[in-house]
Amino acid sequence: MVIEPRETVSVWRAGLAPVWAILASLVICAVLISWAGASIPKAYSLLFKGAFGSAFALNETLTRSIPLIFTGLAVSVAFRAKFYNIGAEGQLYAGALAATFFGTGLVTLPPALMVPFLVVMGALAGGALLIVPVLLKTHLKVDEVVTTLLLNFVVLLVVSYLIEGPWKDPASLGWPQAASIIDEGVLPTLLAKGRLHFGLIVALFMAVIIWLMMRFTVQGYEIRAVGHNARAAEFSGIRVNRTVIVTAMISGGLAGMAGVSETAGLKGYLTLDLSPGFGYTGIAVAMLAQLNPLAVVPAAIFLSAVYVGADAMSRAVNIPTYIADVLVGVSILAVLCSVMLSQYRIRWRA
Amino acid sequence: MSNPPVLEFRGVTKRFGTLTANDDVSLTLQQGEVLALLGENGAGKTTLMNILFGHYQADEGDILVDGEVLPSGSTQAAINAGIGMVHQHFTLADNLTVLENITLGTESLWSWRQDEARSRKKLAGMISDYGLVVDPDTMVSELSVGERQRVEILKALYRDARILILDEPTAVLTPQESERLFATLKSITAKGLAIIFISHKLHEILAVSNRIAVLRRGAIVGTLETASSRREQLAELMVGRTVTRPKLSAIEPGKLVLDISDVSTGGTGATELKEIDLSLYRHEIVGIAGVAGNGQGTLADILSGLRTGFSGTIQLNGQMLDAGNPRAIVASGVGRIPEDRHARGVVADMDIWENLISEDIRSDEICRAGFIINGASARARAERQIEDFDVRCKGPDAETRLLSGGNMQKLILARALSNTPSFILANQPVRGLDEGAIAYVQEQLLEARQRGAAILLISEDLDELMTLTDRMAVMSHGTLSSALPTGERSIAEIGLMMAGHGDHADASTGSLSNGH
Amino acid sequence: MSDFLDILLTAGFWAATIRIVSPLIFGTLGELICERAGVLNLGIEGIMTVGAMSGWMWVYQGGDLWTGVMFAACMGAVFGLLHAVFTVHLGLSQHVTGIGITLFASSLSYFVYRMLLPDATTPPKIVPFQPIAIPWLSDLPIIGEALFTQSALTYLALLVVPMVWYVLFRTPVGLAVRMSGENPVAVEAQGINVLAVRTGAVMVGSAFMAVGGAFITMSWFDAFYFGMVNGRGWICVALVIFASWRPGRALLGALLFAGLEAIQVRAQQSAGAFIPYQFFLMLPYVMSILAMIVMARKTKYPQALLVPFRRGERV
Repeated sequence: MVIEPRETVSVWRAGLAPVWAILASLVICAVLISWAGASIPKAYSLLFKGAFGSAFALNETLTRSIPLIFTGLAVSVAFRAKFYNIGAEGQLYAGALAATFFGTGLVTLPPALMVPFLVVMGALAGGALLIVPVLLKTHLKVDEVVTTLLLNFVVLLVVSYLIEGPWKDPASLGWPQAASIIDEGVLPTLLAKGRLHFGLIVALFMAVIIWLMMRFTVQGYEIRAVGHNARAAEFSGIRVNRTVIVTAMISGGLAGMAGVSETAGLKGYLTLDLSPGFGYTGIAVAMLAQLNPLAVVPAAIFLSAVYVGADAMSRAVNIPTYIADVLVGVSILAVLCSVMLSQYRIRWRA
Repeated sequence: MSNPPVLEFRGVTKRFGTLTANDDVSLTLQQGEVLALLGENGAGKTTLMNILFGHYQADEGDILVDGEVLPSGSTQAAINAGIGMVHQHFTLADNLTVLENITLGTESLWSWRQDEARSRKKLAGMISDYGLVVDPDTMVSELSVGERQRVEILKALYRDARILILDEPTAVLTPQESERLFATLKSITAKGLAIIFISHKLHEILAVSNRIAVLRRGAIVGTLETASSRREQLAELMVGRTVTRPKLSAIEPGKLVLDISDVSTGGTGATELKEIDLSLYRHEIVGIAGVAGNGQGTLADILSGLRTGFSGTIQLNGQMLDAGNPRAIVASGVGRIPEDRHARGVVADMDIWENLISEDIRSDEICRAGFIINGASARARAERQIEDFDVRCKGPDAETRLLSGGNMQKLILARALSNTPSFILANQPVRGLDEGAIAYVQEQLLEARQRGAAILLISEDLDELMTLTDRMAVMSHGTLSSALPTGERSIAEIGLMMAGHGDHADASTGSLSNGH
Repeated sequence: MSDFLDILLTAGFWAATIRIVSPLIFGTLGELICERAGVLNLGIEGIMTVGAMSGWMWVYQGGDLWTGVMFAACMGAVFGLLHAVFTVHLGLSQHVTGIGITLFASSLSYFVYRMLLPDATTPPKIVPFQPIAIPWLSDLPIIGEALFTQSALTYLALLVVPMVWYVLFRTPVGLAVRMSGENPVAVEAQGINVLAVRTGAVMVGSAFMAVGGAFITMSWFDAFYFGMVNGRGWICVALVIFASWRPGRALLGALLFAGLEAIQVRAQQSAGAFIPYQFFLMLPYVMSILAMIVMARKTKYPQALLVPFRRGERV
């Protein structure tokens, strides 16, 4: 088997790669659905209806896509610089911790200032969590994947300690949860009905900002150059370590914002089940978007729809909801494959 | 033709898409002879050997060993048939011992133990038979380049090779080491082995081979007896036209441009600089000869701004060099051509215009408001540079990875030379290029010299240095000799200095004739 | 302080340490084999989950314990093959593929578990491996209980360490694996198929990881819980660096971490009133990061780790 680069990669071939990946993932999950004894068309139409079939469903899908846009952006930026931040989950909780610390009465500002203040504090906390892994990578060449993963566990235990101990809300009737965010800090809902909140606007705004940065600014240029070829970047005068550190701060910041948005926008208070793995799903979002910040938005909505739809589908036809997680895992592998096939051609003899 | 050939290529053709890398190649190799395979970079020599070793499969044609067809696509089959390869880029694992590197693959993978005693004995016998002295228990990382090559040869001989292929074996050796290699090759052919010697260096080929096959654009354009061949005739066959590499015209050097004084990087390793002094003047090209890994890379890194941490002073046009700051160094009038195009020179996955702005991206011409890239201005400049330096591409928005080696180097020249630098650092600027591109790069350097630039040319190719430099210095184990006018030292003298025999080595100990 | 010393002197502590070291040994050795061949396998966390689920499920469905272990190993090898096809044959990012495999493998395990046991509210149990007291030796003070009254799978783990060392450093196939991780071109030049060597190493390594996972549900505990691998895979990846890719040191590192975990359980009981239990649970993760920091400067990575190999392509 020989793999050789294609001389030209047509735009539509590259653009369609994620579509092929999604189709492949749906086919693989179809095998599991038929094993569960359900009709495949019926299961998928239930999934689609559950995600988009009503105003309520659509509202839920968009609400759930908000943290995925943030974590997807976080992963996109980091992976662009080949900084493999797998710790978006931990950074999300760090952002939620910051929102809880500052937003439950410590600071009171008018809403127009309070909300941005919490978002910034969450971003700083998310970035701060990456300081140790990024410095270990730049200065000691310690693999960042393992350190960021391990920190996810540490942060979750810190959250667990705080909401069972010092930050426990006395009004929570024994449930381990922190006090509620004060009214000034709560992100307003966007529609009269449903849970969709202002976090969506912030997320879309960040997607555009990050896209502009990557495409049109010196900083974005340097991030891309470092990711593609760090030695050549260094030769041309880019300070590689500094660029990786800046990238990590942006990435951690974006993931931290997801935590603020979930705490101050959706739940209203911090719990241990704030995120069912948004940080990890963010990797699939970023891969499906091929690390393009604007494409992160539809990719996040798609995977959010899979989760929301899978809940509805599993209630109706008795398929375990883990089918959604399986699809997320498969889609990462499938998109790796399909992007490669759009750039390379495989021949079976040398 | 009394004896049947030990190895025969019959009409071997290999295509990659639209490119024909080997076109109906037919060749024979007789027992006990050295056949030279001559061709410039990109002529298809490496592809042909990759087919022989089963890394590629030929589209047409056969390879016969002792009259029997060699199964295609199998390295194992080639090795079993008695073919051994000494690669140009050594295929050795640094962190394993010589013995481990040699015995890999010689025993059944599913055997429960290694017969170390037997391998040691066999290896010791070969070391004494061929005079290829090397300690079997040393880590490869601790060996010199010459010793590594011996390990490569031993590796092939250990597997009972009867046909030995050497791919550009002298590229990394000093002239004396090359001589020693040639002597080894003689003792090997005397034992009945046959050798294919791949090279583009004419004088070596004339010295070592019995017959010469010339490969041009994938096809054999002539097979000659060495005894009746002339240098000029071979050169013309190889390139397809009369070769005219640019020559130096006499010109008086001007005022001092670069002054390196007493520069050391500390440490005793071969790549650490030790009290380096060097001065470059306007209108001159100064060459640094030496075997790779003797500190040239360190000096180049310092001058490129990639490295701080040295003692001594470096002045450029009377100003101290802003060490460790590539952009400041470029802005102060330095043009840099890095050693490795792909690894250091370009970001292959970015567009051509993006690579052309990489060194001055924060300049007013390219950057607006301190952080936004002025795409229109950058593209316009890129179009001019593409035009000026004849980079063959679809335009500034084309992907850099699609460029050929020569065009990639032109892109780097365009970036380095466009703003008429006063000092140019050219580290191996023509390595791996074909004759056309070599001539282009050298002409550009000579033009810059004419214009008044001072140029430091680092090269492992003595021929290149002898024809292209005004003065030459030799680097060995981190020390730099004085830079004398080119021609004052003989090739033999330079060779001894490369091997670390100091500035005033006695040239008579080297038995080399000047190859020119 | 004397509390800790007391803990260190009890046979129970050492027995617990040796018992819980087994998954770390299998996981670390599995990762070590992959990385020695030049392939980082971040699928480990998911592959351990697959092993834990499939081995347990085999026994729960009426299978025998040892064939259950074999089954887990085979499932691990299958996911190893998947990882190898992506990273070795297609040359895709080892980091991203590994994370993808982990997400895929663990969610698939949970899916299958729920499919086969849709109504189980409390996790059902199996009869796990029982401790076997080795005659004579088990009567020795402290060491006897710690080392010689363990389950068969623990004995296997301890036995596997010298075996892996021997194969890697004393056999031709081990040399080929190590060389593939140092310079794959050299391997190919000697007529050995690098892709096959790497694929084989990743499959064997992944089988080890799966057995490590199976130990958790089949010897340590007797049921399968969600999230029970709980980062042990990542700790194994850190341990490989800590061990500088040497099996002997991997055993040492694994013992250190298992000791930490055993101490943690006991210290919680004595000091739990003063220090919240979460901080004890954090210890292994924090120590893993520290272990990598300590070793970062000293270790020599396999030179071709993370570097894909393509035939006929010059590096």
